[in-house]
Amino acid sequence: MSAADTPAPTRAGFRFERWAPLILLAGAFAIYVIVAVATDQTQYLTLENLIAILARSIALGITAIGQTFVILVASIDLSVASLISATAVLASVVMDGSPAMILPAILAALLLGGLVGLANGLVVSGLKVNPLIATLGMSLIIQGCLSAFVSNFAGSVPPAFQVFAYGEIGMVPVALIFLALLAVTAWGVLRFTKFGSDIYAVGGNEEAARFAGIKTGRIVVASHVICSVCASIAGLYLASRLRSGAPWIGADGVYDLESIAVVVIGGTVLAGGRGGVWGTMAGMLIFSLIDSVFNIAGVDSFAKQVLRGIIIVAAVAFYAIRSKRIVA
Amino acid sequence: MRLLLTATGALALSLSPVHAQNFDDPEEFAKQQEQLQAEPNGPEGEPWLQYIGDGMVETADLGVEAPATVCFSNAGVNNPWRVVGFTNMTEELANHDSIEDFVHVDAEGSDDKQIADIDDLLAGGDCDVMIVSPNTTAALTPAVERACEAMPVIVFDRGVNTDCPVTFVHPVGGYGFGIQGAEFVASELDEGADVLMLRILPGVDVLETRYSAGRRILEEAGMNIVGAEFTDGDNAKTKSIVEDYLMRGNIDAVWMDAGATAVAAIEAFEDSGYEIPVFVGEDQQDFLRKWQEEDMTAIAPTYPTYQWRTAIIAAARVIEGEALPGPEWVLPQPAITQENLSDYINPAMPPLHYAMCGCDDMEGYPEAWGGE
Amino acid sequence: MTDQSAAPDRKRRRLPQINPVWVLLAVLIAGIVYMNPGFAEPTGYMNFLKRAAPLAILAAGQVYVITSGGFDLSVGSLITLVVVGASMLTNNDPSATYWVIPLMLAMGLGVGAVNGAIVCFLRVPSLIATLGTMITLNGLAFLWSGGAPRGYLPDTFRFFGRELIRDVPLVRFIPVSVIVLIVVVGLFAWLMHRTNLGRMVHAIGDNPVAARLAGVPVNRVRISAFMLSGLSGAIAGILLGGFAGVSTDVGAGYELEAITAAVLGGAQLLGGRGSVPAALGGALALTAIFTLLNFLGLPQPVRQVVQGLILIAAVALAMHRRKRTGT
Repeated sequence: MSAADTPAPTRAGFRFERWAPLILLAGAFAIYVIVAVATDQTQYLTLENLIAILARSIALGITAIGQTFVILVASIDLSVASLISATAVLASVVMDGSPAMILPAILAALLLGGLVGLANGLVVSGLKVNPLIATLGMSLIIQGCLSAFVSNFAGSVPPAFQVFAYGEIGMVPVALIFLALLAVTAWGVLRFTKFGSDIYAVGGNEEAARFAGIKTGRIVVASHVICSVCASIAGLYLASRLRSGAPWIGADGVYDLESIAVVVIGGTVLAGGRGGVWGTMAGMLIFSLIDSVFNIAGVDSFAKQVLRGIIIVAAVAFYAIRSKRIVA
Repeated sequence: MRLLLTATGALALSLSPVHAQNFDDPEEFAKQQEQLQAEPNGPEGEPWLQYIGDGMVETADLGVEAPATVCFSNAGVNNPWRVVGFTNMTEELANHDSIEDFVHVDAEGSDDKQIADIDDLLAGGDCDVMIVSPNTTAALTPAVERACEAMPVIVFDRGVNTDCPVTFVHPVGGYGFGIQGAEFVASELDEGADVLMLRILPGVDVLETRYSAGRRILEEAGMNIVGAEFTDGDNAKTKSIVEDYLMRGNIDAVWMDAGATAVAAIEAFEDSGYEIPVFVGEDQQDFLRKWQEEDMTAIAPTYPTYQWRTAIIAAARVIEGEALPGPEWVLPQPAITQENLSDYINPAMPPLHYAMCGCDDMEGYPEAWGGE
Repeated sequence: MTDQSAAPDRKRRRLPQINPVWVLLAVLIAGIVYMNPGFAEPTGYMNFLKRAAPLAILAAGQVYVITSGGFDLSVGSLITLVVVGASMLTNNDPSATYWVIPLMLAMGLGVGAVNGAIVCFLRVPSLIATLGTMITLNGLAFLWSGGAPRGYLPDTFRFFGRELIRDVPLVRFIPVSVIVLIVVVGLFAWLMHRTNLGRMVHAIGDNPVAARLAGVPVNRVRISAFMLSGLSGAIAGILLGGFAGVSTDVGAGYELEAITAAVLGGAQLLGGRGSVPAALGGALALTAIFTLLNFLGLPQPVRQVVQGLILIAAVALAMHRRKRTGT
């Protein structure tokens, strides 16, 4: 029954939606190559550089994988940016330079993420508060609590933990491998488990899913927990990369709105029920490529903003324009 | 649950080290107080070339040859101060034939992005010299260290926690800024006068030091600090805060850690029908003009934007193999006072232009800075 | 037994007639007056209204979009663009105000029309569409001014946000912005609750398919809603620029505050329910919360936490009541 409600596994011929993220990604890559060649900067086309591009937005990628889960169940999470700051600060304060505290710090950060996700999920599914408001409120609460304690970089990360952000295996950064593994795991969960198909069912039509015997509330809560845990991993990554945590790093990176934009550019529908992790990864790469194109073309930073806004709208329109339903 | 308690406990415990991260360092305070008085070396009238102290570094052995490519990783141009500074920089480039190419990447105010930008430049930018204006000190240190391994690096504005760059260009600093304003207030008013302190944000190193120095001097002078409020650098909020304070009591002076919202604060006095008190602003044109028009008692400490010129000059010297002040190039940090106010007012310049730009004699002036 | 239980029941059913936002507002005002009796003087409450005016006007516009089922995140950047643009265009010339203000209002309507068109014709959800315009408009404001605006706003432009009308009986003086507030909110309320447009906005937010079948021109109504929101953004920009002068981040954060205010006033996200007067109440309540916390001398972090809690509580309470009353 639940399988019948799941629109994802229908595999009938060429499905535009399935390939759209790849088409966009190929387009972005083509632009990158053209710009590099046209401005006579072919040194940007080396393998080293491509890896640098892949590794450019790892924090955004990790956050966006989590965001994919909540958007698939037709929810949304605006609290990820403050949570990233909070976990980065928490981890770096708990570690405080001592290698022995790495494990407790990681656990504390993940636990904090889990609790925030649980709270988000319960408020959304139990109290029926619109997720936008629920997570916006949560974001304010987290940011407020955090700023009450710290106002600058706090604590420090021991060199052993900096391996997460700076370590390399061969030419490939450890964090990139981690991101790939995370994406594969997320894909596996969504594709092969009952939980995964339940997510699509709840996002596609909550009422129908409930009648089909799915405990929709639990699915929503679980998705929020996954999202928040991903955000706390992103916080750990940033703590490792910046060697410390500060209460503004999440907000400065605009990870809340950017992660949503990445997910949607990757073809996951805001209304829920359709999309997936690979699209999100494509979305992340598109963002990295755009950034790099701007850098090598030397685009003025204000023009950059204008273009970025237009690109987000255009990329989403690329999917949406074909749909017949009324959006708001 | 226990873990959570431990975590919260650790967070609470960390409060002390966090505050101990010292923004109120008496030694640094004394050093900057001294530097404000010091006679700078270098050509008079060209403060962007001057330096306090005698340390020099040789650059002939750095192996850079003219003409060379200079890459610049910028924290952002997200406020008018940085806009003016960046214009200084691009205009200064015209003076140096030894700089063949100038590559500029902008991190839009994000540490993460700036680290990625520096990595990008290292991977394929073909840079010979790198200039970095770090978004924050601690976070950018590893990236700058990696850059140092590949080429000579020049850091300016904020520093990094490593001495690997060739030099670190900066004016006297935050304590100096705080000292100049607060000493003026203390000299104009008697003991017990009511002073309102307006601040932009907590936690920003360059602003925290201004505040701690200002507060120290005001307290030593026996001033009554009626409040210290954060304005977020927002005009409307600033004006509202001052209006609220005026409804509750007297204000004899306003001290600000940055002058961007000074005019809004002055308007709060005007609109509520009060005399404008003693004011500490900054070198933005709108404040200077208001000061002159209303014949105020005021001072404008500066955090000069000419340091952006100096960064390019330092890069050019590295390429040409000339010695330059280092490992810190401490620039003078003059304040604008009643005596020299008219030298800095220029009605042709935009309201948010920073007057202490050292750019008046440059070729593109004033058009490149938005003047007429 | 039945009689006894019926009486409180009836009472309970009558209670929801008053929007709780007014109760909240009354409590907050009482708290502020208790903390600071000066608030009951004209200077106190007129300053309060003056400060709340831009947010209240924004909320009144935002209610249209929310009721129609969407969001408008672009208004904050629009405010910045209006302030920066006006300073560039007036270029210190007082007489320029007379054409610059209409132009800015037209720009607000235009931005709204673009938002609406993206949603209706490109079928991009409004959250993303207006996120895109938010980023773009902010970039445009910077691009236009080169990062630092070139001109001052002349006093004629600042009249609406800064000046007072003195010697008014009873209240001594009225800020011009309060008059603007009354006129604009009155107009928006009339449009929403007394005209066909308002009914159609409610209809498409409630059930767009049914509305279309019933002959409602869905696209035209939706675009109108965005245009009204854009207009409110332009008016708010004119007031804010007038109040505090030129800066490059005037509008930052206003989009979420406007949505918060509308939601505090009981507007239902994703559409179908919303009231302009209640949004005004929401905006006043939100401003009152900030004022009260300010008087209590609480630091910024506490303010954020309280704001977050009130936001969640208000919506949770509304959902709870809705469930009970069965609507």
